Amino acid sequence: MNDNQNTPLLEVRNLVVNFYTRGGVVQASRGVSFQVGHGQTLGIVGESGSGKSVAVQAVMGLISNPGRIEGGDIFFMGQSLLDPAGRKFVRKVRGKDIAMIFQDPMTSLNPVFTIGTQITEVLRHHLGMNRDQARKRAMDLLGLVDINAPEKRLKQYPYEMSGGMRQRVMIAMALACEPRLIIADEPTTALDVTIQAQILELLADLQQRLAVSVILITHDLGVVAQLCHRVAVMYAGRIVEVGDADQVFASPVHPYTKGLIRATPRLDVVTERMVSIDGVPPDLISPPQGCAFSPRCDQAENACLRPQTLTPLGDDRHVSCWCAIKGDTR
Amino acid sequence: MSPTSADTLEKALEKNRYERVEKLLELGRELKRDKAGLIGVILITALVMMAVFAPMIAPHDPTDQDLTARLAPPVWYEKGTWNHMLGTDHLGRDVLSRTIHGARVSLWVGAAVVLLAGGFGVVMGLMAGYLGGRTDAFVMRWIDTQVAFPGLLLALIILAVIGPSLTTVVVVLALNGWMVYGRMTRSAVLSIRQSPYVEAAEVVGCRWPRVIFRHILPNLTSPLLTLAILEFARIVLAEAALSFLGLGIQPPATSWGLDVSMGKNYMFMAWWLVTIPGCAIAVTVLAINLVASWLRLISDPQEREKQFARHMAGAMRKKMQASIEKELKAP
Amino acid sequence: MGRFIYRRLIHGLIVIFGVTIIVFVVTRMVGDPVQVMLPLESTLEQRAAFEKKLGLDRPIYIQFGEFLGNIARLDFGESLWQKRPAMDIVFEKLPMTILLTAVGIGFACVAAIPLGIIAALRPGGMVDRVTVFGSLLGLSVPQFWLGLLFIVLFAVQFKILPTSGAATPAHIIMPALTMGLPTLARLVMLVRSSMIDELNQQYVKTSFAKGLPFVRVVGLHALRNAGLPVMTLVGWEVIRSLAGYSVVVETVFAWPGIGLTAIQAIERDDLILIQAIVFTAAVCVVAINIAMDFIYKLIDPRLKLT
Repeated sequence: MNDNQNTPLLEVRNLVVNFYTRGGVVQASRGVSFQVGHGQTLGIVGESGSGKSVAVQAVMGLISNPGRIEGGDIFFMGQSLLDPAGRKFVRKVRGKDIAMIFQDPMTSLNPVFTIGTQITEVLRHHLGMNRDQARKRAMDLLGLVDINAPEKRLKQYPYEMSGGMRQRVMIAMALACEPRLIIADEPTTALDVTIQAQILELLADLQQRLAVSVILITHDLGVVAQLCHRVAVMYAGRIVEVGDADQVFASPVHPYTKGLIRATPRLDVVTERMVSIDGVPPDLISPPQGCAFSPRCDQAENACLRPQTLTPLGDDRHVSCWCAIKGDTR
Repeated sequence: MSPTSADTLEKALEKNRYERVEKLLELGRELKRDKAGLIGVILITALVMMAVFAPMIAPHDPTDQDLTARLAPPVWYEKGTWNHMLGTDHLGRDVLSRTIHGARVSLWVGAAVVLLAGGFGVVMGLMAGYLGGRTDAFVMRWIDTQVAFPGLLLALIILAVIGPSLTTVVVVLALNGWMVYGRMTRSAVLSIRQSPYVEAAEVVGCRWPRVIFRHILPNLTSPLLTLAILEFARIVLAEAALSFLGLGIQPPATSWGLDVSMGKNYMFMAWWLVTIPGCAIAVTVLAINLVASWLRLISDPQEREKQFARHMAGAMRKKMQASIEKELKAP
Repeated sequence: MGRFIYRRLIHGLIVIFGVTIIVFVVTRMVGDPVQVMLPLESTLEQRAAFEKKLGLDRPIYIQFGEFLGNIARLDFGESLWQKRPAMDIVFEKLPMTILLTAVGIGFACVAAIPLGIIAALRPGGMVDRVTVFGSLLGLSVPQFWLGLLFIVLFAVQFKILPTSGAATPAHIIMPALTMGLPTLARLVMLVRSSMIDELNQQYVKTSFAKGLPFVRVVGLHALRNAGLPVMTLVGWEVIRSLAGYSVVVETVFAWPGIGLTAIQAIERDDLILIQAIVFTAAVCVVAINIAMDFIYKLIDPRLKLT
């Protein structure tokens, strides 16, 4: 296992995940590749159903029936998570070096155990702490995520807490073993707007203080612009554009990225009505040939029906669009 | 009505008919995939046939005694005869004929109790759920109280005092079993009433009979059907147990439970007297249970989905993998 | 909490009162108790004397009042069959039924929970299908018949277990198995289906993401959540057994419990003993119901006892 600054902390290569349903085989992830560097924040954006969650759940080894990982590889600190040796490795790093925060704090905590039990069990399992050490550490963690009266909170059950508070508990739990990577899967979607801002601020603050890498999944471009170093845009089970967040937002290349940016409501610009992208996302049971966005794209041409891959475009910028590669980025 | 609208009506009806046939066919295909459910359906059909045509199928009258042929063994024993294929009991009555006729009692009691208890329970549940308020409180209290009764003991005593007969057995079992339907109907009505589409129906001004019959009852049919079938199985067992204890069907009528109870005195020399009617009960109840679990499976879309996923995962995996790899490798 | 206990007790009293009324009505009004209890050839004087002894010559409401008063003192009178206080007989037989229930249902629980969990881990797999079919089979076999089969098999064929009675500890094996098997079948199905539900919950994903060992996630996190419906069913099984369903097993194995006594009392038209037994059964049912509510609270902290 090599752990120098040159190998990215996490690398996902050509990940293929299929779900077997009555309607057919849903190709949720059709060859997704991305990297996360040390101390970096990667935002993954895309519509619901574009395969964002599936990609990160594969990293955590959480894909279960009827889903299957059927291709590609995932490397964490240079070690594959999918090969035979990786299975043991996954068990060691999951929850310790990679932690995950889920979308819905209402259902993500076990309703019949106290908050204290649920935090300390991580510490006791991964770090071998005894009851008292774990309790002290859990109180520190609750303090870290700005929960007051931690002593009292530890004895409470999830149903006694608000949604925002539960998400803070989830974050505390994720931070418990000082992970190198935190995966936050739409951590604020289920929360009130004001609480959303607080939680995101907390995440950003913790990311900087603890120098941890973060993958933030969201469909809110504003959040990505605020918090992320890099951004990957997903569409129909593939990454269509990836690069430095500022660059991508300043000069989007892929027509879908452009559409997304245009569709984001802005407070400083008065618009008559909400802008949207025409058409509907493709059916992942039988995705269109070539560029999946082409049916909705106003620049589509015959070439778009050919198979596509992410192609480098300047420094650290990749895009999968024939028109963009030709230089016609208008 | 103009001819065109009559036409469209005709067409709509035809389409409706067609869809119904389609649905039945789909059900048939579904059944073919589920072997256990298929076996259950076949067994139940056979049992019903057996019960309906019992006098024609049975080789003997079930009460005909032949004291010269007492305790005759089944045909595969040396002393067995084709005349009494499954042997005879201590009075020389034909076991096969008694078993065939026994199906009548079991199925009749089952059907009657399910209809009585189910009808009463559903009406009470609908009233409680839809009218709410005091009606609801009253019905629920009643149900709670009756559920907490030592039901079987009361049933035994009532049967003993009034005198056991087919009718009393049915009435007592129905009185004892209507609460499940009531509870289930009520909770279903409550949850469906709060669902957006019923609220929508009420907002657009549907009157309550329409709401109940068009919007609420159709949603209840599938869970009620499953419950009724499960209850049917339970009732068949209960009737057998009551008859076994001597407080159900009385001789000279025939019942599987009764036959087991009479046969148990000769258990050690004529095993078939206990085994055959017992098997008949077990097979009947098992068939009903198989159908019930199949029905539950197909009425639950989530469960169906999972079943399918397991079925398909193996088969389609390789094909998909190959095609995706091909596409990825292409420049 | 206090309010809850109070309300449950009131409801329990209503239940017991309701049962009492039914027993009273059934025994006094539907049939003439004297007719039922005395032999057909008894003389008119004998009947009159008997009526007087039971107080049946007085108006019905006075009889009922007295009946309630006697119940409050747990005094149902002398059993007509055994010529001693009915309650004494009940207190003698009840422990035997409780013992049988405890062993039978205890066995069912011990076997059902691991079986159900294993089946739930791979729904649709081989183990699961065998378990489900086995449970369906267990649900379909009539208990009395199962008991007879056991007797033929273990007592007559192999001669390893005693047929009937309750003389030695070995005597409890067959009745308990017979009592436990249908319960086992129902429990396995329920443990399986609630475990499948729980394993699909988000918190299970969280627990796996936390890196907890499989055994802890399934056996602690999921099982504790699946515990509530399972506890409900176990409670129900105990209630069923004490509320008369032990009759069948006790009759087959001549187990000297309250169910066998009830059947014997019914056969001998001993209405006084019957009243005592039904009343006791009602009290047991109410008591278990209240106990169950407290166990729920222990398992699931969300439940507020109101």
